[in-house]
Amino acid sequence: MVKKLPKTDVVIVGVGWAGGIIASELTKKGYQVVGLERGKDRKMEDYFMAHDELRYAIRHEMMQDLSKETITFRNNEKMRSLPMRQYGSFLLGVGVGGAGTHWNGQNFRFLPYDFEMRSETIKKYGADKIPADMTIQDWGITYDEIEPYYDQYEKMAGISGEDNPLGGPRSNPFPTGPMKKTQAMQLFDKATKNMGLHPYVQPSANLSENYTNPDGISRVACQYCGFCERFGCEYGAKADPLVTVLPVAKATGNFEVRPHSEVRRILKDGDKVTGVVYVDMNTGEEFEQPADVVVLTSYVFSNVRLLLLSEIGRPYNPTTGTGVIGKNYAYQIRKGRATGFFDEQKFNNFAGAGGLGMIVDDYNGDNFDHTDLDFIHGGMIILGQTGLRPIANNRIPSGTPTWGKEFKDVSLKYTNAALTVSGEGASMAYKQHFLDLDPVYKDPFGDPLVRITFDFEEQDRQLTAFLADKCEAILKEMGADHIDTSRELGPYNVAEYQSTHNTGGVIMGADPETSAVNSYLQMWDVDNLFVVGASAFPQNAGYNPTGTVGALSYRAAEGIIKFFENNGGQLVEAKKGKQHV
Amino acid sequence: MSTKDEKNSLLDKRSSRRNFLKNSGLTVGGLIAGGALGSLLVENDASTTDVQSEPHKTFENPNVALMYFTPEQYRITEAATERIFPKDHNGPGAKELLVAYYIDHQLAGGWGTGTKEYTSGPFYPGESTQGYQGRLNRQQIFEIGLKAIQDLSVKTYDNRFEKLSEEEQDAILTEFAEGKVELIGMKSDYFFGVLRSATLEGAYADPLYGGNANMEGWKMKNFPGHQMSFLNIIEDEFKVIEPAALNSQHSH
Repeated sequence: MVKKLPKTDVVIVGVGWAGGIIASELTKKGYQVVGLERGKDRKMEDYFMAHDELRYAIRHEMMQDLSKETITFRNNEKMRSLPMRQYGSFLLGVGVGGAGTHWNGQNFRFLPYDFEMRSETIKKYGADKIPADMTIQDWGITYDEIEPYYDQYEKMAGISGEDNPLGGPRSNPFPTGPMKKTQAMQLFDKATKNMGLHPYVQPSANLSENYTNPDGISRVACQYCGFCERFGCEYGAKADPLVTVLPVAKATGNFEVRPHSEVRRILKDGDKVTGVVYVDMNTGEEFEQPADVVVLTSYVFSNVRLLLLSEIGRPYNPTTGTGVIGKNYAYQIRKGRATGFFDEQKFNNFAGAGGLGMIVDDYNGDNFDHTDLDFIHGGMIILGQTGLRPIANNRIPSGTPTWGKEFKDVSLKYTNAALTVSGEGASMAYKQHFLDLDPVYKDPFGDPLVRITFDFEEQDRQLTAFLADKCEAILKEMGADHIDTSRELGPYNVAEYQSTHNTGGVIMGADPETSAVNSYLQMWDVDNLFVVGASAFPQNAGYNPTGTVGALSYRAAEGIIKFFENNGGQLVEAKKGKQHV
Repeated sequence: MSTKDEKNSLLDKRSSRRNFLKNSGLTVGGLIAGGALGSLLVENDASTTDVQSEPHKTFENPNVALMYFTPEQYRITEAATERIFPKDHNGPGAKELLVAYYIDHQLAGGWGTGTKEYTSGPFYPGESTQGYQGRLNRQQIFEIGLKAIQDLSVKTYDNRFEKLSEEEQDAILTEFAEGKVELIGMKSDYFFGVLRSATLEGAYADPLYGGNANMEGWKMKNFPGHQMSFLNIIEDEFKVIEPAALNSQHSH
């Protein structure tokens, strides 16, 4: 028996950054919003024991319980897909605040090139530069169009930083100044300047100074305690939906969060959605929550899965390349890196902040000439100082045994005397990389798990070797005595942690034939359904995604308000055939 | 308590156990008879391998007790982890850090039974890029793996693993690390990888989990543990900071 609840203006599925921003913006305007979150509720006090590497970083305390739901994976369509039984390649957020509670706070704007990658690449290098199976697309929004939403998001979160000399133009300076420079960062700064590169302090959501945002929310400055990544911030210095947008939404009296609520289906009647069906996981009771607007705000996988399970939108077909739901799954290329071992110098590697680091973008986007290169795009190069914790960080020069007397001695010697410089490579979309429903593996309700079909391509191998060489050269200039360089990419391995920057599956664009949502994240097929998250990225950039997810969330919130004010209808006129070459 | 007092209390406890055994009639001519008591962790009462003698404070530490392992499993684990993370000029090894107790405690809980992992079938071996696809949880992995260490030791050296020389122990563990030992349901290098990871966890996790005794693991690594702020040193040269554990949160 499904119990039907009173109708609300808006129901959001997933209460993380995207859900929190949309709830905050809509409730401020007087709309009633219900937030359904499959995980538990959280408050800042819950971070009391945050400095526990084993519990949070190694045992994934804040992540989705894989016994209930995971993904399945195969490298290609010929391989049997199997479940990701334990955490590895990426971490799935869950609970109120979502992954916004346990992110590092590395916060970027994508480059102008990223938003018009296909047209710009063709314009500069010709259509032949893009391989036949590479399905990159323009976003249907330009950097100049998304800039005001980046600005809005950055002011809300209090992003700390300094101008990126190679980035897009900014309408306003960063709301707070750059983070402090550690000894290692100073070394990177000097070395890259000597090399003629353009270093800048990484934009950070960790707050370099006390800050009050336009909503009147005050937060204190970061203490550089070294526990951001995979942990909640007990100071509230790290921007987290719990200490930014969610209190604003709750204060309006128009927002209700229902934790432990697992949404199973979106309900559709004709060309409109009417609400969602969810289960209270504590009682097993089923509810129908009717709403005028449904917003999916579950980053990537749950957005795609719910659409496929609810049979909304045209599923992607990898054989024909038609359909859109599940299309253009992309990731990030993180293996191009180098580690330098120092014999004379030691660093405070234990201290740091998730968003602390120095960046160069000289090899990112189209900031360098690709005419004679066998790949497009690139990636940022970063020396991060997130705070190295002892269980996970035992760096040893290659050839050192991995256990026993020598391992112990050498790993202790280099704990505070090794620095890693890494490339964060962009990930292009391919016809053969997609998400669909697994034919075999199911969740406890009997619903199929989402399936990833993905591998690295020649583009990614070239990019990895290229970025690795650049990282090595920087460490050499920094004076490392021994450098180990990682140039080989290998096949994509789901068991090896790389990055939680999964993207695509419900991509945005200007043409309904090739994209699922318009530039307001509104579905082309269903006017009152918005799908917000990195699921909207047509391919992935050489940066962390949260800043762009935040900007898109503000854009979507504006779109939903317009939708109500217009009494419905499409907010963007479709441009047919623009993407076809 | 001074070191001398601690030693006295240690001797007291030993003698009280000896008295108990004697009075209970379980000793015959000074030898301890069989049965469960006879197979306690300290096999030989006068043995220098008394796990509780170092660090001394563990006598007052109720956490030093087994939740999951059999005494034999404990002894193999203690000896094997000590070879993975041995005592050296830097400081204590796995044994003194109480790593085997840490692993025992972890196995007794959700990590041992894999409660947060996807354990539904069907099961297929999978490709090397698809991660662990076995049916075994970590309790079963240790049960099978530790028994295999013992069996190979007896077969190769006609002696139990914990009695072998360091070189012999290393030779046995190398066989496992290189995936050369036939095991049920997994490859031996997989088991060794789990054992190695758990050893590092036991050496470096907050002492609240029962390992990293007296924060000696952190001291060797110059890791300050739980600190409220590094604001005053973040821009500075390397500094050694006395570590603090999460326990300090509770004494505020």
